[in-house]
Amino acid sequence: MNQMSTEGYTTADGRKIGGVMMEMKNITLRFGGVKAITDISFDIREGEIRAIIGPNGAGKSSMLNVISGFYVPQEGEVWFRGAKRPPMKPYQVAQQGIARTFQNIALFEGMSVLDNVMTGRLTHMKSGMLEQAIWKGKAEREEVENREVVEKIIDFLEIQAIRKTPVARLPYGLKKRVELARALAAEPKLLLLDEPMAGMNVEEKEDMSRFILDVNDEFGTTIALIEHDMGVVMDLSDRVVVMDYGKKIGDGTPDEVRSNQAVIDAYLGVAHD
Amino acid sequence: MFYREAGDFKTSYVDDNQTFPIKFDRYRYYAVLFVAFAIIPFVINDYWVNAVFMPFLIYSIAAIGLNILIGYCGQVSLGTGGFMAVGAYACYKFMTGIDIWWGGELLFRLPEFNIFFSVLMGGLTTALVGVLFGLPSLRIKGFYLAVATLAAQFFLVWVFNRVSWFYNYSASGQISAPEHHIAGVAITGPNADAWAMYLFCLVFVAASAIVARNLTRGSFGRKWMAIRDMDIAAEIIGVDPLRAKLSAFAVSSFFVGISGALFFAVYLGAVEVGEAFGIQKSFLVLFMVIIGGLGSIFGSFAGAAFLVLLPVFLKNTLVGALGWPTDLAAHLEFMIVGALIIIFLIAEPHGLAQLWRVTKEKLRLWPFPH
Repeated sequence: MNQMSTEGYTTADGRKIGGVMMEMKNITLRFGGVKAITDISFDIREGEIRAIIGPNGAGKSSMLNVISGFYVPQEGEVWFRGAKRPPMKPYQVAQQGIARTFQNIALFEGMSVLDNVMTGRLTHMKSGMLEQAIWKGKAEREEVENREVVEKIIDFLEIQAIRKTPVARLPYGLKKRVELARALAAEPKLLLLDEPMAGMNVEEKEDMSRFILDVNDEFGTTIALIEHDMGVVMDLSDRVVVMDYGKKIGDGTPDEVRSNQAVIDAYLGVAHD
Repeated sequence: MFYREAGDFKTSYVDDNQTFPIKFDRYRYYAVLFVAFAIIPFVINDYWVNAVFMPFLIYSIAAIGLNILIGYCGQVSLGTGGFMAVGAYACYKFMTGIDIWWGGELLFRLPEFNIFFSVLMGGLTTALVGVLFGLPSLRIKGFYLAVATLAAQFFLVWVFNRVSWFYNYSASGQISAPEHHIAGVAITGPNADAWAMYLFCLVFVAASAIVARNLTRGSFGRKWMAIRDMDIAAEIIGVDPLRAKLSAFAVSSFFVGISGALFFAVYLGAVEVGEAFGIQKSFLVLFMVIIGGLGSIFGSFAGAAFLVLLPVFLKNTLVGALGWPTDLAAHLEFMIVGALIIIFLIAEPHGLAQLWRVTKEKLRLWPFPH
């Protein structure tokens, strides 16, 4: 059964959300005897900011890894843009237009900021080895075209000044921003953010929140994010999935989730008497 | 003073991407090219070519090749000697005309290739062989990969010793380069002139360096470096590890093969595989890459220069200037070179290229403190 619905909904702040972009159907993921994810279904709609929250070890990152093709679930189906996705390697998922950032920064430390962001364009660069060896015609043209795209993103994220700095020299907050730039450079249809604000101070969190909203607003990118800061999650996201011990315990708008008893129990604990 | 970016505004991305963005560097590069191509050929003699320039140029190509694999793509290889042998033997077969046999009968014989194309074919053949031996890199990493490529080293040397087809059934088991000409000038063989051999190698060195630089600054280089720095993240942004690693093996082996072909055909003239392309050659090129600086084309040249010139320099000072007996000097030379390598690597683990980078950064500000 294809549940691809065409009608969307309108958010509280008046943004139009489209049909279903990605749908997870009854996903179960096991590592040996451990069930990381148990029978979870949810969808992500076009243009939406979708949050996945839950206590530590709830299986949020595993879920993101399923979406980005890193883990192949034992059961369940992943539907992307109206088609069932066959088991894929992560690089094939990237070529479909899904980009992500990591909980622990995964930048290429030996390269400059510019080169790191340029790697985000690799799926768009098609010139062959011989053309690049002589560096004329298509190779050079392609480099310049992609550089223009990258420069726009560098402007957008306000990292012009560190363009040529080796990534290893940057402080943590900037590294997070460069990683976002690298993911954005791919011009993804779906952007996965794994704890984009972990370890940041309030100011950096505000900056990052602004960037996430702007990305969604200006590029129309659909975003799925994992975050622990409840204030941020409730402010940013249109709909929230709540996970606990690998199970889905809540799904809905931030307000619905906030008043959901199962969610309150998971976060605050329940009295066993 | 004159080593500045200030005032040198780049108004296009092409300008910004060029290899030598600073004007002074650019002129220095042209000057080096001019001296190498237009002045040195007229002033060198046999001694300089055989003791200094040819080994330096040929090892530079090998070091560039290995640097692409280790320094840019992060795949350790100890098979360089074996791959050089592939280049040498492929070049030999192409320049003497390959004989194809089927069922004990000679099917046909290819015409003899021009020396230039023989060397190129040596490189291409090595690229194919390199891809084949690069396949394990998809599953094994780091030291374990080094051991796997070590197997390539011994296997290849063994094959060239055992299969007489490779050395054209000669009784000695050696291969020796027949005389070949380009535009009437002998490049190989005993009658080749020093300047001709030098120029022939120099053309390959210059082309290799430019191609290596172009590949490493484009999307292939970024794929390789992404794999080197963090292979998981590389895959997530859309790099196919299979193609990235194998392309690095192919390009790297291509250069190593060319250097092997030149080493045999132009420099030595006659080769016995175990002697010329043994495991010590693999280590020598590996040391050049490490001492020169991983992930730097300039480092490849610097490393090759260091390990080729230092022994020559020591020999000349010890024997020539100080008048020591040759055998004593030869042994001391090993000790001094070894000690220097250790001292140097402790002082600057990132190699000569890093020293060069630091110097340039300081030069940019000099004579001001900030």
